[in-house]
Amino acid sequence: MKTSAIVAVLLACACSLGQAAAPAERRTAAPHSTDPLDSPRWADMRKEMFPAGARVVFDERVRVTAPLTAENAMNVPVSVDAGALGDVQEVLVFADFNPIVRIVRFEPAGAHPGLGFRIKLQQSTPVRAAARTADGSWHVGGAWVNTAGGGCTLPSTGSSSPEWQKRLGEVSSRVWERKEGGERIRLRIIHPIDTGLAAGIPAFFLQDLLLADNSGRPLMRIEGFEPIAENPVFTVDIPVGRSAAGYRVSGRDNNGNAISAAIEK
Amino acid sequence: MKRLPLTTLVTRSLIAAFTLSWTLLLSAADRDYGLSPVKIAEDTWVLTGRSEDFSFSNGGNIVNTAFIVTRDGVVVIDSGPSRLYGEQLRRSIARISDKPVKLVLNTHHHPDHFLGNQAFPADTLAALPATIHGIHDEGGSLNENMYRLAGDWMAGTEPVTPARSLAADPLEIGGHQLELIALDGHTDADLVILDRSTGVLFAGDLVFHDRAPTTPHARLPRWQAALDRLEQTGFRTLVPGHGPVASDAAPIRQTRAWLTWLDQTLRKAADEGFDMTEVMAIAPPAEFRRLAVVEAEYRRSVGRLYPAYEQRALSKEAGRP
Repeated sequence: MKTSAIVAVLLACACSLGQAAAPAERRTAAPHSTDPLDSPRWADMRKEMFPAGARVVFDERVRVTAPLTAENAMNVPVSVDAGALGDVQEVLVFADFNPIVRIVRFEPAGAHPGLGFRIKLQQSTPVRAAARTADGSWHVGGAWVNTAGGGCTLPSTGSSSPEWQKRLGEVSSRVWERKEGGERIRLRIIHPIDTGLAAGIPAFFLQDLLLADNSGRPLMRIEGFEPIAENPVFTVDIPVGRSAAGYRVSGRDNNGNAISAAIEK
Repeated sequence: MKRLPLTTLVTRSLIAAFTLSWTLLLSAADRDYGLSPVKIAEDTWVLTGRSEDFSFSNGGNIVNTAFIVTRDGVVVIDSGPSRLYGEQLRRSIARISDKPVKLVLNTHHHPDHFLGNQAFPADTLAALPATIHGIHDEGGSLNENMYRLAGDWMAGTEPVTPARSLAADPLEIGGHQLELIALDGHTDADLVILDRSTGVLFAGDLVFHDRAPTTPHARLPRWQAALDRLEQTGFRTLVPGHGPVASDAAPIRQTRAWLTWLDQTLRKAADEGFDMTEVMAIAPPAEFRRLAVVEAEYRRSVGRLYPAYEQRALSKEAGRP
């Protein structure tokens, strides 16, 4: 008990130190943009992630679901749902304290504006989703994830196994009808996904994915970054009007390896 | 030399002051596990850990260890989470018997069961072959992780791999007929010791009692088969790896009920297309609420085990309908 109390006090002190440097930047933010996650990195995030003049608001309608404590920093599940906002153009997911801040960006061009995926975290951090609506405003939701970390600087398990080379880009998938109407697609892609932060292993990650229906109409574009977890699994919901007889996923990684597969029912 | 701005200097001295005071406070902290062996049968003592997660306050003492005092020496079952624990365990034994420690059995390769090995003579350490491999390969990273979870209690702890490899054989020591039973499912090798002379079954982490089971290396069907086997051993007293000692099979049934629910829940969720965050949001039913740390352990289990269920549900060759 004694030890944990000391740690808590020290952490509180460390946080206030971190924040002491921030007030000048904070004053530039409008009053409605007080960070509900109280992260000392928010001012930097605001500057780095969004155009200077953009309207950025914290908005509970953008839901980020992730475990408060993540035991396995290599594989932290995150779901983003911006469905309560109308007309979402794109969603950018980032983690304030990750060495590579950007995690994934997606454009729900017909799909429900939400995405389930898994990420690598290096330390405890807010995980945020910023959804841009048609009027150009960014709506930011988020959640703190506590973790012992280390997920970004470890080599992928795939990098030490010859298995992925044979199966690189292999897709397994399945489609469900949703009780609420519409459909759910889940897909898993074989890919080691290395962040480039483990010594001697260059960055190797899925950069561009397009989910479309059989007739080629796009449903979602996904731009991936290094912190997506190895052999990623994505969950995408398709609203009633856009359900199709079948779907396709196509894309490439940062080395130009192609991904192309039918998603059959 | 470039001068540092005043604010940087102030910040740095503050950090230095905090670090220093923290170090001083921690080294002054009382690091006594307060081990108190309880006699549960003839010649047999158990040290029951707390039904908690690893923490800075419990120093990793969430595990049950035990020892049997035989005519020829003491048999120790699991050495605890740290060097300090091992040393204090050894002192607890010495207060009860002046016989030397003859054999230290590591039931499996999880850190709270073998990181006290340093406190015992190397030639007393023994385990099943796969446990020896596990300690050899993963001991370093498991130890490192324990430093993160239990902090200063771990000071000086390093993994020691047992040299002596055990087979599933009867073992007679100083008048005690020990049956070594090699099972698996909680990990790749789970050693169970049945003392035929006293009827005490040391179940290791195949059995948890009133504490949710941990699953970092679990294979659920194998684990369930192991529990069936344990229930048929005809024991009189059951020492679980975690939680209170029992005189009936209730902890075995409790562990089995949890594993069955976990397996069915994950399978159903994968077959119905749940995302992992949705699976984590499922609340364990009321019958499991009495298990300590059930919610945290459930979420950890989902994180570890769900990907395999998912894979089966997604890929045709792995069994997708």
